[in-house]
Amino acid sequence: MNKEIIRLQVNGEEREVAVPAYKLLLDVLREDLGLTGSKRGCDDSSCGCCAVLVDGVPVLSCVAIASSYQDGAITTVEGLGVAGQLDPVQEGYAEAGGAQCGFCTPGFMIATKALLDRNPNPGIDEIREALSSNLCRCTGYMQIYESVKYAIEKAPARATAGAR
Amino acid sequence: MTIPAEKNGVVGRRMAMTDSLGKVTGLGKYTDDLAVPGMLVGKILHSPHAHARIRAIDTSRAEALAGVKAVATGKDAPNPYGILPIGHDERVLALDKARYIGDNVAAVAATSAEIAEQALDLIEVDYEVLPAWFDPEKSMLAETHWIHEGRPHNIEKEYHHEFGDLEEGFRQADFVAEQRYYAGEVNHAAMEPHSTLAIWEPEGRLTVYSSTQVPYYLQRTVADVCEMPMSSVRIIKPLIGGGFGGKSEVIPLEVASCVLAKQAKRPVKITYTREEVFYAHRGRPITIVELKAGLARDGRITAIQARVVQDGGAYCGYGPVTVLYSGALLGAIYDIPNVHYDGYRVLTNKPACGAMRGHGTVNVRFAFEAMLDRLACDAGLDPADVRRRNLLKAPCITPNGLRVTSYGLPECIEKVVERSGWNAKKGKLPYGKGIGIACSHYVSGAANPIIRSNMPHTTVNIKIDRDATVTVFTGASEIGQGSDTIQVQIVAEVLGVQPERIRLVAADTALTPVDLGSYSSRVTFMAGNACIEAAKNMREQILAAVAKKFGCAATELEAGGEAIYKKDDPRMKVGFDEAVVMAIDFHGGLVAQGSYAPPEGARGGKFKGAGVGPSPSYSYSAQVAEVTVDPETGRVRVDKIVAAHDCGRALNPLTVEGQIEGSVYMGFGQALQEEMIWEKGRLMNPSLLEYRIPSTIENPEIESIIVESIDPEGPFGAKEAGEGSLAATIPAIASAIYDAVGVRINSLPITPEKVLEALQKKRKAAGGNGAVGRNGGAR
Repeated sequence: MNKEIIRLQVNGEEREVAVPAYKLLLDVLREDLGLTGSKRGCDDSSCGCCAVLVDGVPVLSCVAIASSYQDGAITTVEGLGVAGQLDPVQEGYAEAGGAQCGFCTPGFMIATKALLDRNPNPGIDEIREALSSNLCRCTGYMQIYESVKYAIEKAPARATAGAR
Repeated sequence: MTIPAEKNGVVGRRMAMTDSLGKVTGLGKYTDDLAVPGMLVGKILHSPHAHARIRAIDTSRAEALAGVKAVATGKDAPNPYGILPIGHDERVLALDKARYIGDNVAAVAATSAEIAEQALDLIEVDYEVLPAWFDPEKSMLAETHWIHEGRPHNIEKEYHHEFGDLEEGFRQADFVAEQRYYAGEVNHAAMEPHSTLAIWEPEGRLTVYSSTQVPYYLQRTVADVCEMPMSSVRIIKPLIGGGFGGKSEVIPLEVASCVLAKQAKRPVKITYTREEVFYAHRGRPITIVELKAGLARDGRITAIQARVVQDGGAYCGYGPVTVLYSGALLGAIYDIPNVHYDGYRVLTNKPACGAMRGHGTVNVRFAFEAMLDRLACDAGLDPADVRRRNLLKAPCITPNGLRVTSYGLPECIEKVVERSGWNAKKGKLPYGKGIGIACSHYVSGAANPIIRSNMPHTTVNIKIDRDATVTVFTGASEIGQGSDTIQVQIVAEVLGVQPERIRLVAADTALTPVDLGSYSSRVTFMAGNACIEAAKNMREQILAAVAKKFGCAATELEAGGEAIYKKDDPRMKVGFDEAVVMAIDFHGGLVAQGSYAPPEGARGGKFKGAGVGPSPSYSYSAQVAEVTVDPETGRVRVDKIVAAHDCGRALNPLTVEGQIEGSVYMGFGQALQEEMIWEKGRLMNPSLLEYRIPSTIENPEIESIIVESIDPEGPFGAKEAGEGSLAATIPAIASAIYDAVGVRINSLPITPEKVLEALQKKRKAAGGNGAVGRNGGAR
């Protein structure tokens, strides 16, 4: 089968891979780049486990052709924190019960990150809406909301500490 | 057993799960995240027919395809298996017949997924299509074409139990209700599709990574089917992306990957698509409950008669256990003297059903609690009050032999009544708004193992080396419910150290002692008790060494605050690290063990089927649901659910609340929107787009309340938290709908169509077209 070389900007690094033209972004991330944090939970873009950010916007990588995303900056769950420090969103999901089995967690954190970058202080209705493309089978969502609130409270504190 | 009082504050602490960092960084590995050099991709050929004899299979063209390394059919692995010793009716690949659309017929391992799929297309199967059975009530009357030889009329199993005197019970009743209830089929829909990586080792062994809740049963089954000694099969459970029962028996891909790996002498990974997950199924069966119950004027339940038919699908699976739970757990929640139960597990040509959260209890609990609401209405009594009048006098043994040791149901009821504002709202909300109450309960672990034996249900080993890291070896399977965390907390509590000091090695059959698995909500109770025993044994050894050093008796010492100190003179102390070195020098090494088996008195009665239902302890739940029903569209919105759960003792309130809320969520989904829709054995909605598990948009606000009844035998008083709440949610919603618009929907899920139809019927019966108040018209 014919392969073509594509270049992707993933988590701040330029990555070059030779893949079939039809290969999905999720499969390239998982199989060619070793970034297995993004998950496949369905076959039809219904669960959100595979969400990644492309230029800050959540994209379902299970229905995205990898070669079409060579111009955007891609962020996966592995790229959320920096240099061993968790992003407040990750801290929230770890501390407040937002991750039970953890399989949907990368997708939820991606959606949360996009939301908080857009609006650092969303209300509950906005949180619910922003997370409505993702499915979680464990939590009943209540502790996911708590995780998002944790991140909201933590983020400005972190920013202030960083500025000092 | 006496309950060790907590002193160190690790038990009861609201703490994050110990494995959460791997989950939030994306670095934690689930089975499908694993890859090894030389790994092949496996795919399974599924039957397109619901019931067909397999005349011949020609795999020659598939075998000839470049890149294909193994092709297997039924004759390559003919040994039958099944989770129950009485139900070994499955073969990893069909030998003579395909029994449902999706049944496994052949398997292929190839160098890529594309080649494997191409190879499946090249396999030619000659089927002789047979008449098929889809409706359980018709299937059980079948005279021909039975699905399994040795199962006449397609009845897998039937049970008939009677306790007390039914006739006398109904004679005492002032109100008697009879109703047929129906519950559609639901699937676990864990976010992680099943996946197995089987690695053939050069020594002729198999190392298998699999998404399983039961590694030790898997080990046994792989050994049986691959005709290898158990010692040559090592099962490792990586992170699991949710189970809910769907991974609590051996799933075909787990064995197929092993058969292929053994044949190819290469590693083989199979991961199901979501569609395959739905067809592998093992979910909650279609259940028909014909229920009759009697209520005395004073609110006492005098008798229940239940006839339950479950649509088990094409294989036995957990079926007999499911149908026994349905009967057994009519008991152990209320004080009901007279109970008659007829349970039928019926085979049909559909995927096998199995264990799903609240195993066997959920659909019957829906029927019973809904009927209790109706009887309360008939008697003019408050439904909350009716439940208060039928409480058990715990501790007690129920007429069907279940031993109740702790009973927080009364407090659960009071808590939800208070927090929901029940008294101010029940029957007083405007038309279209309603409130309902219901209760439920569940076992804290099955008191009897699936395969009868006298071995412990779980064993935990602990070792400490000179670095003073405490390593806990446990067979218990973390599946997202937090069992690793709970075990770490317990060991830390007993040893008087912080949880960060504990390293847990779990669910690897080569390293960890046997635990029966994560099913029947058994892990906290059983592995928790084993952890206490192991940690106490370890603590004794450390204290003995320090006592020698101090020249005192070990009983004068205490472990706490990362140190060992004298009780009467806390200044006499050594740090934990130093104490460990002393103890290793003294004993020559530090290892300890603990195990747990339920006490004899908890194992139930002697009648046929008495083995299912008994548990060392039961959890209790009460819930109040508030709904808004749109009478124009029939649409139900659940505004809020207040859920109180008696978990004995919350070892970690964060994870207990997470379990309560997750259970309520799953009950909500089944109540209103989840259903597997079958057309002649074909699933019409095998995807998460069409099988609609609730998203953040529909899901109600859930207020969880922890009730602690302190069980006398639970670890630090704890019992289960992960399943018991689910069953109460459904009838609480159903009764709230009645309170809102005056119709009772006796069929799940409660779709807008069903609500509208009931409202229209009611209007017709009232002889008008206008809106009818909740008390008008026929029920």
